[in-house]
Amino acid sequence: MNKDLRKILAFPYIIWMIGFTIIPLSLIFIYGLTTRDGSFTFANVLSIFTRDHFKALMLSIALSIISTIICLIMAFPLALTLKGKKLNKGSLIVFIFILPMWMNFLLRTLAWLSLLEKNGIINTVLKFMHLPGLNIINTPAAIILGMVYNYLPFMVLPIYNVLEKIDDNTINAARDLGANTLQTIIKVIIPLSIPGIVSGITMVFVPALTTFVISNILGGSKVLLIGNVIEQEFTKGSNWNLGSGLSLIMMIFILISMAFIAKYDKDGEGMSV
Amino acid sequence: MRESLIDLEHISKSFDGEIVLDDLNLSIKENSFVTLLGPSGCGKTTTLRIIGGFVQADSGKVIFDGKDISNLPPNKRNLNTVFQKYALFPHMSIAENIAFGLKIKNKPKAYIDDKIKYALKLVNLEGFENRNINLLSGGQQQRIAIARAIVNEPKVLLLDEPLGALDLKLRQDMQYELIRLKNELGITFIYVTHDQEEALTMSDTIVVMNQGYIQQMGTPEQIYNEPENAFVADFIGESNIIAATMVQDRLVDIFGAKFACVDEGFGNNKPVDVVIRPEDIDLVEPDKGTLVGTVTHLIFKGVHYEMEVTTQNGYEWLVHSTDMFPVGKEVGISVDPFDIQIMNKPESEDEEAVGVNE
Amino acid sequence: MIYSKIRKVLGNIYLVFILIFLYAPIATLVILSFNSSKSRNRWGGFTFDWYGELFKSATIMAAFRNTLVIAFLSALIATIIGTVAALGINNMRKLPKTAVMAVNNIPMLNADIVTGISLMLGFIAFGISLGFKTILISHITFNIPYVILSVMPKLKQTERVTYEAALDLGATPAMAFFKVVFPDIFPGVISGFLLAFTMSLDDFIITHFTKGAGINTISTLVYSEVRRGIKPSLYALSTIIFGTVLILLIVSNIAQNKIKKK
Repeated sequence: MNKDLRKILAFPYIIWMIGFTIIPLSLIFIYGLTTRDGSFTFANVLSIFTRDHFKALMLSIALSIISTIICLIMAFPLALTLKGKKLNKGSLIVFIFILPMWMNFLLRTLAWLSLLEKNGIINTVLKFMHLPGLNIINTPAAIILGMVYNYLPFMVLPIYNVLEKIDDNTINAARDLGANTLQTIIKVIIPLSIPGIVSGITMVFVPALTTFVISNILGGSKVLLIGNVIEQEFTKGSNWNLGSGLSLIMMIFILISMAFIAKYDKDGEGMSV
Repeated sequence: MRESLIDLEHISKSFDGEIVLDDLNLSIKENSFVTLLGPSGCGKTTTLRIIGGFVQADSGKVIFDGKDISNLPPNKRNLNTVFQKYALFPHMSIAENIAFGLKIKNKPKAYIDDKIKYALKLVNLEGFENRNINLLSGGQQQRIAIARAIVNEPKVLLLDEPLGALDLKLRQDMQYELIRLKNELGITFIYVTHDQEEALTMSDTIVVMNQGYIQQMGTPEQIYNEPENAFVADFIGESNIIAATMVQDRLVDIFGAKFACVDEGFGNNKPVDVVIRPEDIDLVEPDKGTLVGTVTHLIFKGVHYEMEVTTQNGYEWLVHSTDMFPVGKEVGISVDPFDIQIMNKPESEDEEAVGVNE
Repeated sequence: MIYSKIRKVLGNIYLVFILIFLYAPIATLVILSFNSSKSRNRWGGFTFDWYGELFKSATIMAAFRNTLVIAFLSALIATIIGTVAALGINNMRKLPKTAVMAVNNIPMLNADIVTGISLMLGFIAFGISLGFKTILISHITFNIPYVILSVMPKLKQTERVTYEAALDLGATPAMAFFKVVFPDIFPGVISGFLLAFTMSLDDFIITHFTKGAGINTISTLVYSEVRRGIKPSLYALSTIIFGTVLILLIVSNIAQNKIKKK
């Protein structure tokens, strides 16, 4: 087979991607920038500045930043510990982190409801130990917990992938030159794991920013995120133009994230699965 | 003056139940160039890593400069390592790599800059400060790795097969370079390699290791000329190793022929191993030789001819000579008494295991 | 070294803490599936009833069947399109390759809600009525990138010379591909398939927007019941799925270790 012939192999895929990714995405632009009768407008996009929408967006940004930071703080030591264990490639780690995904995402989140409720499992245990109860259900704190729980693996895997590729002798060299454990982590390990950290941040931040399920289940109907607003425009409010306009706002954030990945994870080290 | 700078005392180490080092004792003098030489898996790299602090011995002590450093982490030891494949920090420039250890010690900037200049000059890479590590050749990366280690003024530099990844010509150049560096710095080098030529060229002391034991320690001349057992003889250079009988002091029986030698004290009629280097065999007229054989192979090697001479009992002698004898010619084998090296047969099974079983 | 021992112990404690965090909700669901009380937080005694009821519920069984069929078909089709595409992309010049890979990243990096909405708008614009086939198309769309990302690294490792060596030894290009290249990339193809299958199984958001009325997967069924109260049979179903996967993974892990030891 010559090279030109081989390139043809990608054609079905390219057609598929045009038909089901590029065209549908352009439709969001078309809907977002028009009124119901089809004339051009910026009103849908600008409606983000109305009080309720802006509040929802700000809350989404705040919660997703907090949960991304928590994920990072939890995932980095975890990935470092796992690297220290020198596991066989892909054996245990994938096993542990992919496995919960086979329990349905919604049921998993719902289980936290059982755990966190006023008379839930955690509070029963706390009461038994004569400790003060934990009343976070239907608050932003519960949503953060749900985000951290669901998206933690997306942070751990890319960081672990990158750490795995760091030569042990590079770390030994830092020690050899007088760096203690903390200095070694700050000066050598963290700078070398930037591609994984950036991928992890993006892979947690984007779904956290846009979720409507977690806020729906763990926030009751009290907490409204930008994801909830958009979802309601499509399912209940039926104002697709408005929903699309708000989606465009979210896509700005997503594009910034993608640009970050392109800058810091050129070889897609963190993205490999 | 103290005799030794580093003492390894009764060091043992096993990985996953497999013994790598067994009760190893080694003493290294100040300002020496010591090479740990042996085949892969002989424990030489593990020994180096124990000195460096990257591997913890199961038992035994590491004494450095009179102090027990067995439990010190690598960052607290006054010695530096040049790693196999260099282990440079890919996210730093050359200057940052070299400055790493000095910055950790909070040295003033002017001092660091001076040191970087000095070190780059020493490794012949002046003006390379701001280049990208990843664009350097293997030999250049090697020099940076050395510069990065020596700016910290260690008393000892540990080198783990540093030339392994370089091509032949560069490897030879770097050998001279390392000798020059060693002399200019006046510090102790501990060098690990499996390449006997490297060891013979550079070291003042060679430690030949196999299967976790030290087989022989000595100057390059001693190791080459007076191997203590069959393993050392076979590992260092080419040689004829022959089972023989020591008839009495200064007389050995090889394949029924009596050869004069210079060794004493092996006892009478004792089985021994004899080592004769191929260049030490003189081929003469059949009637003038101690043994008679026929040339069965002939290869021109440039400096000399390599020949195989088969004696009546079927043994093939390896002979190097500047004189050429054609295949099929009958020749006499004659060896100068000084060139016959007598070794004890391995006594225990342990020693047997490390010897050459042919 | 004492410090390294302390660090090791701390590391293990941390690992256990994370495991508890990850698996506490799962344990909760498993326990609830045996709870005779319908309450989410009161233990009413042990029962197998929900497992029995599960198989009697036509709604749940239909949703389960849809989930499995869609996961399997979408993973299979995505694996075929993706693997073939990876071969093509691998032979592209640098510029078109970068462009294609950038587009490939869109469904992975894009928010699910945006992907879901855009697909829904697309289907409606093309006049495709929402239902089983739109869910399937959507799942194939978000699965293909995972397959490509699994196959591409393997393809890069496969030396061109081995393919050329096969040609040199008289193999036709097709034979060379199936005898030399394909076995090399096969682990990537398999892991791409499994990843796609998992992703499809776990998806809710994209299905939610592209399913239309009258069809459910387990996810959308659960979502519609969140407010009304979940039927414990759904706990039973996910416990069965989880248990099956756990057993399969343990068995395959043991088998792999055995092969390695040999």
